[in-house]
Amino acid sequence: MTKRIESLRVVENKKINKDYFLLRLTSQGKLPEMKPGQFVQVKVDGSPETFLRRPFSVHDVNYSGNTFRLLIQIAGKGTETLSRLSTGDSINVIYPLGNSFSLPEKNENILLAGGGCGIAPLLFLARYLNENGFTPDILLGFRSSERVMEYDEYAALGRIFLTTEDGSMGKKGFITDHPVLTANRYDVVYCCGPEPMMKAMAAYCRANSVRCEVSLENLMACGIGVCLCCTVETVRGNLCTCTEGPVFNINDLKW
Amino acid sequence: MVKLDFNINDLHFKNPVLAASGTFGYGVEFRDFFDISQLGGIVLKATTLEVREGNPYPRMAETPAGMLNSVGLQNKGIDHFEKNIYPVVSEFNTNVIVNVNGSYVEDYVTLAGRINALEKIPAIELNISCPNVKKGGMIFGTDPKSAREVIREVRKVYSKQLIVKLSPNVTDIVEFALIAEEEGADSVSLINTLLGMAVDVKRMKPSLATVTGGLSGPAVKPVALRMVWQVAKAVRIPVIGLGGIMNSRDAIEFFLAGASAIQVGTASFINPAVTIDILKGIENYLNEKGFSDIREIIGYINN
Repeated sequence: MTKRIESLRVVENKKINKDYFLLRLTSQGKLPEMKPGQFVQVKVDGSPETFLRRPFSVHDVNYSGNTFRLLIQIAGKGTETLSRLSTGDSINVIYPLGNSFSLPEKNENILLAGGGCGIAPLLFLARYLNENGFTPDILLGFRSSERVMEYDEYAALGRIFLTTEDGSMGKKGFITDHPVLTANRYDVVYCCGPEPMMKAMAAYCRANSVRCEVSLENLMACGIGVCLCCTVETVRGNLCTCTEGPVFNINDLKW
Repeated sequence: MVKLDFNINDLHFKNPVLAASGTFGYGVEFRDFFDISQLGGIVLKATTLEVREGNPYPRMAETPAGMLNSVGLQNKGIDHFEKNIYPVVSEFNTNVIVNVNGSYVEDYVTLAGRINALEKIPAIELNISCPNVKKGGMIFGTDPKSAREVIREVRKVYSKQLIVKLSPNVTDIVEFALIAEEEGADSVSLINTLLGMAVDVKRMKPSLATVTGGLSGPAVKPVALRMVWQVAKAVRIPVIGLGGIMNSRDAIEFFLAGASAIQVGTASFINPAVTIDILKGIENYLNEKGFSDIREIIGYINN
């Protein structure tokens, strides 16, 4: 898949809550094919404080409308600057980057598990799975009911299960506490979220011999495999999250 | 038509824009973005005798107008290079330069000897300035005696173009440039990264696993420029300038200060095609100023 550097136009900047927003972007030309799990590198504004690009998972792609979306958490100066973008503004993007989630085998029982901002790549994955004849279960975890995002969007693509840490919506606790994990026998789990969450899910999958892929979010500079900053320890040595990942099978990781 | 090509001894460069080691991979990573044969040269990432896994994560921290890295020379070693990388990079229609690093003088010598035998590699950049390894690296570049020894021994076995990459983490970089010249280096490149650090106040820990790392990006440009200017006045061999070059204006500053060629490093992380923009910008500048040859502006401010 050829990578591009392109100036993309903001079609919509939708505030979800005080910490999250959704950017819908369009290309002047035809969007390249993207795969679930892939990411983009966004140049913020070139100011000294936001010198490097920011990596974001592709949240959703709409090929017929020639747009795709990024679900972004305001975590610092860069994302805060991006949160102020308006319709019609342009941002410079390098994309599509990284590998993608693997497709499951026929008739496999699939769970998508995400927490917080980590739910971002799972919408695209759920849609992709639907298009390929799969209906996954989707387990999402948030801190509280006010933090729940995109519920209807996910619910349209599979059976949805929810946890909140304070119990204000869905089951109380972390996603790995949800009874759906004991009630069902999954063949494969695709997971993205905070590292402790992914590690807990990886432990569950190991204990139950479930195939598991996680999407990592290591700090990176280039996004194209040359700075060697975003490495993760694997059984094959240190690998770049940006090119060998961001999606890894947990058997490859030293977790 | 502006003349951009030049020679360092018998090595011809089609233009003075090179990609810096450690920021350009093996070149192949950039093929989606532009035709890398348009560059004057590319310096491949550091190669060592043995396989190196590099330093633990985190290895990177963004800093004002720059970044710190502590990669630690991660690479698959010279065997892998000869077998898997060389066949690919030898097809590139540009000068492919290998950045050579080691823990001991003998490592450098062995490596240089093996790369000397690779027909399509016309030059090595002797990295005596990596700040991110415990043994070797910068030790050779910050101690005059060690610098002299490693350059002398490598020169004995390496018959092609020897570029010595200098460390800015010294009191007087000119001293090291003169040593390189005296020991037969064909050119010097400067600067490698400046030793720095950052602390994560939220986690109350150093931002890098190794605590310290190498600072690069526009933040280091004034320091790099000053050192290039000092060295260019002191040595007769060509000086390759680098450090924080983000655009053609930055590059031209280095030429005016005395650099015969420049390398672009960290800027490629932000814009993978920036080297080509810089090349075009240099050409435009020379046209606008009415120069017909890049060599007319090299060291211009010193005249």
